[in-house]
Amino acid sequence: MEQVFTVGFLVAVLAAAIAAGSAILFACLGELLAERSGVLNLGVEGMMLIGALAGVAATLGTGNPWLGAGAAILAGAGMASIHALLAVGLKANQVVSGLALTLFGGGLSAFLGQRYVGLPLPASFGREPVPLLADLPLFGPILFRQDPLVYLSYALVPALWFFVYKTRAGLRLRALGERPEAADAMGIDVDRLRASYVVVGGALAGLGGAAISLGTNPGWTEGMTAGRGWIAVALVIFAGWNPARAALGAWLFGGVEAGQFRLQGAGVDISPFFLGMLPYLFTIVVLVLATRPGARHRLGAPAALGLPYQREERG
Amino acid sequence: MADVLGRWRLERLPSPSRLGAVLVPAASILLALVAGGLIVALAGQNPLAVYGAMLAGALGSRNGLAETLVKTTPLLLTGLGVAVAFRMRLWNIGGEGQFYLGAIVATWIALFGLPDAGGWALVPAMIAAGLLGGALWGLIPGALRAYLGANETIVTLMLNYVAILLADWLVHGPWKDPQAFGFPGTPRFSSAAALPALAPTRVHLGLLFGVTAAAVLWVLFRRTRWGYEIGVMGESDRAARYAGMPTRRTILLVMALSGALCGLAGMSEVAGIGQQLQRNLSPGYGYTAIIVAWVGRLHPGGIVVVAFVLAALLVGGDQIQMSMGLPAAIAPMLQGIVLFFLLGGELLTRYRLVRHPAPSDAAATGAGT
Repeated sequence: MEQVFTVGFLVAVLAAAIAAGSAILFACLGELLAERSGVLNLGVEGMMLIGALAGVAATLGTGNPWLGAGAAILAGAGMASIHALLAVGLKANQVVSGLALTLFGGGLSAFLGQRYVGLPLPASFGREPVPLLADLPLFGPILFRQDPLVYLSYALVPALWFFVYKTRAGLRLRALGERPEAADAMGIDVDRLRASYVVVGGALAGLGGAAISLGTNPGWTEGMTAGRGWIAVALVIFAGWNPARAALGAWLFGGVEAGQFRLQGAGVDISPFFLGMLPYLFTIVVLVLATRPGARHRLGAPAALGLPYQREERG
Repeated sequence: MADVLGRWRLERLPSPSRLGAVLVPAASILLALVAGGLIVALAGQNPLAVYGAMLAGALGSRNGLAETLVKTTPLLLTGLGVAVAFRMRLWNIGGEGQFYLGAIVATWIALFGLPDAGGWALVPAMIAAGLLGGALWGLIPGALRAYLGANETIVTLMLNYVAILLADWLVHGPWKDPQAFGFPGTPRFSSAAALPALAPTRVHLGLLFGVTAAAVLWVLFRRTRWGYEIGVMGESDRAARYAGMPTRRTILLVMALSGALCGLAGMSEVAGIGQQLQRNLSPGYGYTAIIVAWVGRLHPGGIVVVAFVLAALLVGGDQIQMSMGLPAAIAPMLQGIVLFFLLGGELLTRYRLVRHPAPSDAAATGAGT
């Protein structure tokens, strides 16, 4: 046991945690924006899968993973616009519409992806150490020897935190999810803005898919997101709808994913099936702790989350 | 609204249109087939040939029809199960996990609980075990929701993964068949544990469980006070409390019943099909159940019809995978599209599209609220 938990081992696990967590992080940040605006989108898993496939297809076509990531963003946004049309524009049930999106995305990606299964990519996002920073003790190997999409996620977290809490647009976003009738009175077009955030959320979920198919596991396999989209949905609650806490949560989940394989590799005798349960049990515990009676407000759930806004019903 | 629909506004109809309640699901399925056909055509396949092969595979022969009935069984039971919860607006998307728990507990009875019992004792014990296992897995999120307010959508979903991993652990570890090669699974149950089947097909007694459950639920929803109450609570929690209905206890009961039906589906799958617990026992029945329930309008009769249609879609998907080399995933893709059209079309039964002469001033009307 002792030689398992060396500094080198921990550094390797933490570095792998951040790499594995980045896909979840992108998707989680996207869902966070949609939910902040008051729209629950359970289609994250489907949007990620379509994003992952679009990334692979575009990279195979152009040889450039950045164009692949762009295609993933567009594909995710396109998928989300279905949810925006149904759940926002037509006021359909958000739970069912999101589930339909996940089913559709899973099926469509498997159908269209059949010809890409197992094809090696001409290029993908490899590790690119940041000059100087990569040589820092401990932090260097953990944070700064990652792939470019991971660096992008580092930038996105503070940017979204600043946007949500410190800008006028962020204030409007929070008003949409908390008191849409007040936002309406301020002259904000509630449905139009909500639809925009759902689409932006989908774009980020698509990018999350590409972080897997062009980053950590290059290439396409059916169902390759393996439930990470669902974890992203749960993490939004864990994060209390706060982008900074979303990063912590995503890396924690990445750590469980990465640590699981490494512990087995190091010969620790815990069934991988039980280790695999940890993220899910952990989510339930966090959810319960965070939503105890009285804790809901502190947690920061948008008051109008999941409720379509209809002016005449509130008049 | 203004920018999504231009000058058109949705106006709520005083009562949902009854004709629409039947026409919309039917039209949704048709339109979904058209849209799915477009995707198939864009992918370079002939949609008519694909649909033809699916239809022939699912319904065109005695064996195909029997396989469709075999797949109708778990879809019907899980669809009814989640519908019970949906009626109360409890989003139990944990049918998959409850299915596995039912299968696991029933397997335990068959292999370790009463391994030497005769069929007349063993099968009822396994039925009870399946109901109990599923009920337990539904009660966990039910209790967390009733007493601690935890969102049941997330908890039921997370418990799906836990249940599947639990089953994986059992079939790879403590319950593994020592003589098995390749596909991980438990040893076969004794022949007393097998549900009677219509030889030479694989259609088994589980189908009867499903039809019976549908009839019982129909009576429950239509003819009992309790069935009425869960509908009221689903519509409005506050109205229910005002009328003195015991919300907490009802949440527990509804989640237990919902889980029990899904657990029965898992039990009838292990006892009716392979007589063993194996990996990937369910190809996502618990998730398809959500569509079955929704497209069936949470009505037991509707659920019977939709379970059969979606089972045919699944069998058709398997068929084209075998005969044309196309992915069976075409089935979930079509299911997703059906739901899209249904959700969109549903609006037509509840709302009417009205054209307004000029866009109203958002700020002025909004300020009055």
